[in-house]
Amino acid sequence: MDYLQLFLELAQSTVRLSTPLILAALAGLFTERAGVFDIGLEGKMLGGAFAAGCVAFVAQSAMAGLLAAVVVSVLLSLVHGYASITQRGNQIVSGVAINFIVAGSTVILGEAWFRQGGRTPALSEGARFQVIDLPFAEELRGIPLLGPIYADLISGHQALTYIAFLMVPASWWILYRTRFGLRLRAVGENPGAVDTAGISVIWMRYRAVICCGILCGIAGAYLSLAANAGWTKGMTAGKGYIALAALIFAKWRPVPVMFACLLFGFLDAFAIRYQSTPLPLIGKVPVQLMQALPYILTVILLAGFIGKAIPPKAGGVPYVKER
Amino acid sequence: MKKTLITFLATAAMSATALAADIKPAIIYDLGGKFDKSFNEAAFNGAEKFKAETGIEYRDFEIANDAQREQALRRFAGDGNNPIVMAGFAWSATLEKVAAEYPDTKFAIIDMVVDKPNVRSIVFKEEEGSWLAGIMAAMASKSKTVSFVGGMDIPLIHKFACGYIGGAKSTGSDVNVLEAYTGTTPDAWNDPVKGGEIAKSQFDQGSDVVYHAAGGTGVGILQAAADAGKLGIGVDSNQNMLHPGKVLTSMLKRVDVAVYDAFKSANDGSFTPGINVLGLKEEGVGVAIDDNNKSLITPEMQAAVDKAKADIIAGTVTVHDYMSDESCPY
Repeated sequence: MDYLQLFLELAQSTVRLSTPLILAALAGLFTERAGVFDIGLEGKMLGGAFAAGCVAFVAQSAMAGLLAAVVVSVLLSLVHGYASITQRGNQIVSGVAINFIVAGSTVILGEAWFRQGGRTPALSEGARFQVIDLPFAEELRGIPLLGPIYADLISGHQALTYIAFLMVPASWWILYRTRFGLRLRAVGENPGAVDTAGISVIWMRYRAVICCGILCGIAGAYLSLAANAGWTKGMTAGKGYIALAALIFAKWRPVPVMFACLLFGFLDAFAIRYQSTPLPLIGKVPVQLMQALPYILTVILLAGFIGKAIPPKAGGVPYVKER
Repeated sequence: MKKTLITFLATAAMSATALAADIKPAIIYDLGGKFDKSFNEAAFNGAEKFKAETGIEYRDFEIANDAQREQALRRFAGDGNNPIVMAGFAWSATLEKVAAEYPDTKFAIIDMVVDKPNVRSIVFKEEEGSWLAGIMAAMASKSKTVSFVGGMDIPLIHKFACGYIGGAKSTGSDVNVLEAYTGTTPDAWNDPVKGGEIAKSQFDQGSDVVYHAAGGTGVGILQAAADAGKLGIGVDSNQNMLHPGKVLTSMLKRVDVAVYDAFKSANDGSFTPGINVLGLKEEGVGVAIDDNNKSLITPEMQAAVDKAKADIIAGTVTVHDYMSDESCPY
């Protein structure tokens, strides 16, 4: 097979697999940069995916599903916020609790409403996000190299995928080029100073948590409305944790987050594509090794090449105003 | 208070009469849950059929995690339930332990062999049903490339794959079969996103019929096939109706029959421990053909399936069992 075609197939699969990771990792970026650790990305994504599946089925509209996913995910974020910002609870415990609550309650509600055994009904075309073909994709296909790349790799994804990739520069701009972003980062590094400047640390952190909820909701909607046609129990299958790993890997910076997610997506795509094909020189690689590769790589790269990943200084510490 | 007492006495009296005549059957499902549209639901249907026919109530339980296994089984056995059916290979270690403690209770386990004097082990010849699915896939394929997606990478699932590959290749040696597994942890049963991605990758490699043995992950695989205009093949229960006209067939595993038989034989007093192997001959496995996929089945395909089925039942064709030597000769 021709190598360009092979590369494009792998790249396309990489993009599809990375999309939810990028959205979730950026979501984590917003809260963690503001000093609220969030291990509940997984739960929020799953809750969003569930809401999207239910509402999109009932309303027969993908947009309604997306909206519902965002609302549910933001509500879950606010629960996390209330527990860890207002009540100054342990952020890890609160995040884990959200994961458990969502994993259990979605199954119960799904079963009660649809009785399909931990699944929402399959969605029809109109209730899902459709693949978007960018203009001139077919006309430009004839151009060597760039044509197929444009037609096969850049064009032909769902709207949410484009949103995910656009969110990367957008997040960078918000965090590093706006007043909101500066304050958000300051709240994560030195909340005392922010407070002295007369800005409410609590309100800043709540806003960061809401941003996280929105992005997690989109990630969830991607899973149930774009990558699939409905919600299935536990469908996030650990993606929230991988996103968290990518976030640490990228040292809490938006552009490296994208590359880390693309790397994980690529390893996944590669493992899928080559798990039963013998590779040149190495021969047939066991599936187990292929699937452990993202994690092995994280450890190796973190230990050897990336250097120390230093979390925001005030991360995980509830802010107590001095009296 | 009085009312409660009367109700209590009435219930006690009723169960006493029930005890005299009837058995107290129980069934415990595996992690997938009772209504999984697949394996566990088939077990539930078998129990329901028994209830409808005999009017005997049964108890059932869905475990929420692995840690509950022993507790649930011990509880049921301790309450005097008999027989107790366990759906799923993952029960074997627990049963091994508990069966010895309750020698008078009859146990049945599906998909695994537990060698105890009071245990009936029911295993299916999935390879035979998969062989038929393989024949149909190869005949329906225009590209002469078909594929298989398994859930968790365990020998039981390789058994499906091996039969499928054998069946597909039996139609002519030029058929190419791709094989992939979703993962190596139990998450692999619940990852439709990855399942869909694997299917898409196989379509990129030329496959146009994909067979899944991947539980909840399979939903994503059948969806990807329907979206791409390819054909999917369902597993365990009849999944033809999930995407009418886009699912070539489903490899049926009659877990319902196994559960029904276990209850029924205990009721008749004819319950026998030991290993029960259900294959094509016993109608324990098969392929589903109904109104949803009739239009996809050509007369030649039907004839080939019927012939293969007859050959396997007659013993002129033997399908290799992957689990016997952990390798696939096809």
